[in-house]
Amino acid sequence: MVTIENLHKRFSKNIVLSGVNLEIKSGGIFAVLGPNGSGKTTLIKSILGMVIPNKGIIKVMDENIKKNAHYRNKIDYLPQIANFPSNLKVKELITMIKDLRGATNEDEALISLFGLEPFLNKKLGTLSGGTKQKVNLVLTFMFDSPLVILDEPTTGLDPISLIHLKELIQKEKAKGKTILITSHIMSFVEEVSDEIVFILEGKIYFKGTISEIKSNTKQPDFEHAIASILTQNNHA
Amino acid sequence: MLKILKYSFYDLIRSRWSYVYLAFYLLLGIVLLFLNNDLSKAVITLMNVIIVLVPLIGTIFGVMYYYNSKEFTELLLAQPLRRSSIFLGQYLGVALSLSMSLIIGLGIPFVFYGLFKSNAIWNFSLLLITGTFLTFIFTALAFNIALSNENKIKGFGYAILLWLFLAVIYDGLFLMSLIIFEDYPLDKLSLFGSMLNPIDLSRTLILLKLDISALLGYTGAVFKKFFGTNFGLIVSFAVLIIWVMLPVWRISAKSKKKDF
Repeated sequence: MVTIENLHKRFSKNIVLSGVNLEIKSGGIFAVLGPNGSGKTTLIKSILGMVIPNKGIIKVMDENIKKNAHYRNKIDYLPQIANFPSNLKVKELITMIKDLRGATNEDEALISLFGLEPFLNKKLGTLSGGTKQKVNLVLTFMFDSPLVILDEPTTGLDPISLIHLKELIQKEKAKGKTILITSHIMSFVEEVSDEIVFILEGKIYFKGTISEIKSNTKQPDFEHAIASILTQNNHA
Repeated sequence: MLKILKYSFYDLIRSRWSYVYLAFYLLLGIVLLFLNNDLSKAVITLMNVIIVLVPLIGTIFGVMYYYNSKEFTELLLAQPLRRSSIFLGQYLGVALSLSMSLIIGLGIPFVFYGLFKSNAIWNFSLLLITGTFLTFIFTALAFNIALSNENKIKGFGYAILLWLFLAVIYDGLFLMSLIIFEDYPLDKLSLFGSMLNPIDLSRTLILLKLDISALLGYTGAVFKKFFGTNFGLIVSFAVLIIWVMLPVWRISAKSKKKDF
């Protein structure tokens, strides 16, 4: 699904990614983890073509993404911070994204799932952070693309919406889609993801299942396993 | 690109600032007509205002729009759209809505005053065309500055400096160089110098067309002497078009290499 070879990226003097090699197979939920500033978002944005790498090749479904915009038709992306043009109404934004990407009928089911009907005619500037995130989720999940990328999807969501989100993710997985998630909430990651990609200092430090990471670090639970990787690395 | 243009334009014509800008021009047109009580004179006064104000508004609006719609741009970047169409669409949205405010805001009072029955109509149209050119040029320059500066404050600072330089400082330097080198033949230098600044060029263009020798500066005199009115007009327009094309080309080139 996604192949990354020898990816390098630096922002002026700050080296963020230094030689990332990653192969993500079709189907399943992959969590991209790592401490703050380890390059998770940069990696995801490189896949989306928003960050332009200094070196390396990225292929999405065997298509080189360099100087290519069309491949993004196959990706649904949930950005980390949901901020939309404040003059637009929720309904207008949804219509606009549909206009840009193509027709879909999924939006109505998603709107009622997240209880967004009362907000449809409100301007985006007046919505709370959590409601904006729900709109963001509707925009992401209303298209049927084989690759779904979620950057911190849980931000600002109330418990009910969080349950809906988990159900949605499982539903998409059942359709055979590939889902990439970044999150800092370890319980969420442990619950939903099949495989972990751990980034440290611009390299892939670990790739495998949750049980593998637990047995490698000899820790009983996932949160401590991640913490032990981080502390080990600090000593070294 | 047309879709982005449509939404940017739609977003802008509903924002309060577009109406403030429109209302300002309406008021300016009405006040000038009342004070001058003559269409041709009002056009001349209007020129002096437009030449300075339109670039300022274009610059500030351009920078402001770019920084304000940053998150929205990121949303668009994740869609299957080419980068150049996103940024050119947004640029055209800003430039078109500003030009529309200018044309409608000034047009309404002048039309009601009897523009179509007077012979000032060509001068007035020229004024609006130049104003539109200046809007397109300075909005494009503003987008260039904003694309090159992540820091909002820096971006605003450079944009204001650019306007100050082209609207005020450039003229000062130009005059000083003419005084210092007055012993040398300066015709070509002054011609060249006025081409390099779109504000000077627009002023010369309108003055040439208005044919008011009392207001002709040194650059205008040289233009008139060397090109004659019609040829000067064509050359000036060609240079104005280049002034639009170059920054627009750089918007598209710069946006392709930028990280978001």
